[in-house]
Amino acid sequence: MERQLFQRAKEAFLSGRARPLEFRLQQLHALQRMITEKETEISTALKQDFNRSQYDTPLLELIGIENEIKLAIEKLAQWAAPRPVEKNLLTISDEVYIQPEPLGVVLIIGAWNYPWALTLLPLVGAIAAGNAAVVKPSELSECSSLLLRALLPCYLDKDLYPVVMGGVSETQQLLRLRFDHIFYTGGSTAGKQVMEAAARHLTPVTLELGGKSPCYIDKNCDVRMACRRITWGKFVNCGQTCIAPDYILCEPCIQGRVVECIRQTLLEFYGADPKCSPDYGRIINQRHFNRIMSLMDGYTPVVGGQSDSSQCYIAPTVLKDVPPYSRLMQEEIFGPVLPIVTVSDMDDAINFINEREKPLALYIFCSDKKAIKRMIEETTSGGVTVNDVMMHYTLSSLPFGGVGQSGMGCYHGKHTFDQLSHHRACLIRSLNMESVNRARYPPQDRRRARRARMALKSPLIDTSKRTLVWAVIATILGIGLFITLMVILLIAAGLNCTCWYWRGFYN
Amino acid sequence: MVGIRVLMLNKPSLVGEGEELRGAELMTMSREQLAVQRARRSFQTGRTRPLHFRIQQLRRLQNFIKERQKDIKDALQRDLGKSERASELYEILVVEAELHLSITRLAEWAAPRPVEKNLFTLSDEVYVKPEPLGVVLIIGPWNYPWSLTLLPLVGAIAAGNAAILKPSEISSNSSKVIEELLPLYLDKDLYQVVEGGVPEAQELLKQRFDHIFYTGSTAVGKLVMEAAARHLTPVTLELGGKSPCFIDKNCDVGIACRRITWAKLINCGQTCIAPDFILCEPSVLNRVVEEIKKCIKEFYADSTKTSDDYGRIINQRQFKRIMGLMEGCTIAFGGDADEARGYIGPTVLKNVTGESKVMQEEIFGPLLPIITVNGVDEAIQFINEREKPLVLYVFSHDNKLIKKVIAETSSGALVANDCVVHFLDSALPFGGVGHSGMGRYRGRHTFDQLSNLRSCMIKQLRMEGLNSMRYPPHTAKKLSWARCFLLSHLNVQRLRNMVMLAMLASLAAFVVQRFLR
Repeated sequence: MERQLFQRAKEAFLSGRARPLEFRLQQLHALQRMITEKETEISTALKQDFNRSQYDTPLLELIGIENEIKLAIEKLAQWAAPRPVEKNLLTISDEVYIQPEPLGVVLIIGAWNYPWALTLLPLVGAIAAGNAAVVKPSELSECSSLLLRALLPCYLDKDLYPVVMGGVSETQQLLRLRFDHIFYTGGSTAGKQVMEAAARHLTPVTLELGGKSPCYIDKNCDVRMACRRITWGKFVNCGQTCIAPDYILCEPCIQGRVVECIRQTLLEFYGADPKCSPDYGRIINQRHFNRIMSLMDGYTPVVGGQSDSSQCYIAPTVLKDVPPYSRLMQEEIFGPVLPIVTVSDMDDAINFINEREKPLALYIFCSDKKAIKRMIEETTSGGVTVNDVMMHYTLSSLPFGGVGQSGMGCYHGKHTFDQLSHHRACLIRSLNMESVNRARYPPQDRRRARRARMALKSPLIDTSKRTLVWAVIATILGIGLFITLMVILLIAAGLNCTCWYWRGFYN
Repeated sequence: MVGIRVLMLNKPSLVGEGEELRGAELMTMSREQLAVQRARRSFQTGRTRPLHFRIQQLRRLQNFIKERQKDIKDALQRDLGKSERASELYEILVVEAELHLSITRLAEWAAPRPVEKNLFTLSDEVYVKPEPLGVVLIIGPWNYPWSLTLLPLVGAIAAGNAAILKPSEISSNSSKVIEELLPLYLDKDLYQVVEGGVPEAQELLKQRFDHIFYTGSTAVGKLVMEAAARHLTPVTLELGGKSPCFIDKNCDVGIACRRITWAKLINCGQTCIAPDFILCEPSVLNRVVEEIKKCIKEFYADSTKTSDDYGRIINQRQFKRIMGLMEGCTIAFGGDADEARGYIGPTVLKNVTGESKVMQEEIFGPLLPIITVNGVDEAIQFINEREKPLVLYVFSHDNKLIKKVIAETSSGALVANDCVVHFLDSALPFGGVGHSGMGRYRGRHTFDQLSNLRSCMIKQLRMEGLNSMRYPPHTAKKLSWARCFLLSHLNVQRLRNMVMLAMLASLAAFVVQRFLR
């Protein structure tokens, strides 16, 4: 069945109908309509999946999708246009540019924690880039996936963007087919399998994986405000966010204050009993519930710790003085459990972070600019937000992605378009000026070699219109200033030749 | 017993205080493992981060090329029969130009790149920061053993990485020279050369790198990517394929053929971007053959066999393979060969169809098959039925036709009215698509490919009021505020320009007014 849908998508793509910009815009508009018209249904599905509050859905998923669609619609013509590049002496009289082109059929494997955003954001880019796309939403977020399968064909082209349902075996079937790009959001282990499968067809991949995103709190910063932001980021969607702050690093002297501030903030956000709060979510299923509970084994939480297996509810939990090499610190928590690991100072924190896999995100809370710059310099990660959490995800001009075990490739905004396009280098020459080419033809001699050397070593020149305009303005201003300077110098030197002009003017 | 402290980065669960490796354990580590360990430890000292270190290494590489030109040219002569001039033109100059570009532009490339902000981030510092990835594995090919191995190295050094070079064992003389001489110029620990064949390459691929840059064939490319997948290592694969060359019947066939012949016969056809086969209409077939014949005479006087400028096939295996491809086709001219010298004369084949043996694999030799098609549409169809090539060549005066080919086909690159030269403009990204490769390089693109482009957002611990929209307990009012803020599409750049223009205009008005008074 997967093969049939894939074949149909491929044929639809080869027919060329996804290529014209009008078609892509029309599909994007349709997707936008789907999001606005079906908001209620989407909210309901998410509530059934993991008790997502009706406000969190638009805030965390739908507004983001709408923004991306709006941006793509507004900028599509610009993104898809040929992009001129710098020329050198060899290519000075030629047309040299990069032409973005569709790749073909893209496979988008979505995740269950944000089943709409993480499936539709890549889809927006795929449509904008002129590709066909096979969408495989996660089977864990059942209600959302079923809804997506029902809705998408009502709004988008049925052949170009099919939805494939299923679990592991259906995904494996899909991975045997030859796609032109695979966009996977999920865990590192499955990410390796996706890349291995892609290698058989030499299919490029974008892997948005996870990891343990450290959160360092400097002792001299405003701890209260820092904890407020961290608490929000950690417990939204019940900790099931790939860029949630996974654990805190701080000095022992402020650990107590951190715990207190988090406790107070939790009270403010979710009330005395988060179970009753409409804004607090649930764990997606029993398996993950059990996994997270077992991570807490042997620790006494300082905040929270309550759970209810029948509802897959785990209270917002904070653990302090967690040993660095404990099991809790070995895998991504992906749940509402926040360990605090103490470090002696910022250098210790930097070493701690560098000893581990490169994280998807790094969070630093500090008011000292120099210290911030140092920490950024001496560590590495997919992204960094300083003095807040997760916000680098919200700016679509920033490329969002991981490095090392946290992923490869990036997306959001124009970056999705670029990731799912082929950037074809185009060089259009003419069949004249053949004499210029003589230097390269055999038989080679010294003179020809010298000319070739000169052409090859010539610098790159930016011949775009913008540079030309600036160059002209700068030249005019420069000449104007020069003339003014000369006039002033002449007047200052007391020469009378200019006086008659001004006398005449004032008379 | 020599103990070495090793940070076991591959296994976070085993991170400890630093385990002492005894001498015996060291002995069980392979040469490749040791090389990677050394490179990684050197990288972790942070030496490569300062720009002046990278520039110093690039300058040393420049010195290497300048001082050892003779060694390089000798090695190329022995490997591929490359003449001095050809070595200079196609191997050395390109690397020198790339080095010069990297040194002059490094500060610009490595600087933080500001991005467009939105209403929420107006007062924040938002930028993309290029960072080194770590240890890069560069596997070089045998056809241009210097440029195609050193160009990625230039980018790796510029991006602040450590690198392990694995030059191709098939171009054994060049490989030996690189291995002996490079450590005399570059940092011995950061940039190591590992020589060897398939078993050494396989051992290297078992190690964990932060990026693998492979230039070679499609079949091996798949194996490289599979090996990389085990460590989630990103790859750049510069592969090959059959690059078609369409000649429009209305163009200047003489000049077209001259450019094609030159490009085809560089390095005796052993170039990944050589025009692999010609597509043209039957009416120009004979003219094309005649023109190619004329060019060969012009380039190589009477004999390609004795001309300095004509290269040789790298080894026996390739020689036999290429000779076997001529089966089933008519030789329009050429076809002479000398196995002992690895010489195959320029050969043009006609009566070739899509099913001929010569059309089943990349030729990588001096055979030029000509396939007849009835017009550009049939040519486009022929091209689209096959794998996406590394480059597509079109020869035509008609701009509309060229644009049509661009719109209806796909390839790594497209060059109209010339061949091969797109590699020489380092502003153009060089790379394939589909089976011809993934990723791109040259100039700044290598730097970007071998860097981690890290998104940075630096906020302040104030203006908390703005954040209250996102905190629970949620209300409809908060949500409507959030919607208002987030969905307002503000082009900050345009706003800033307008404000500046307004200020300038008011200043001008003020000055004029004062002046007129």
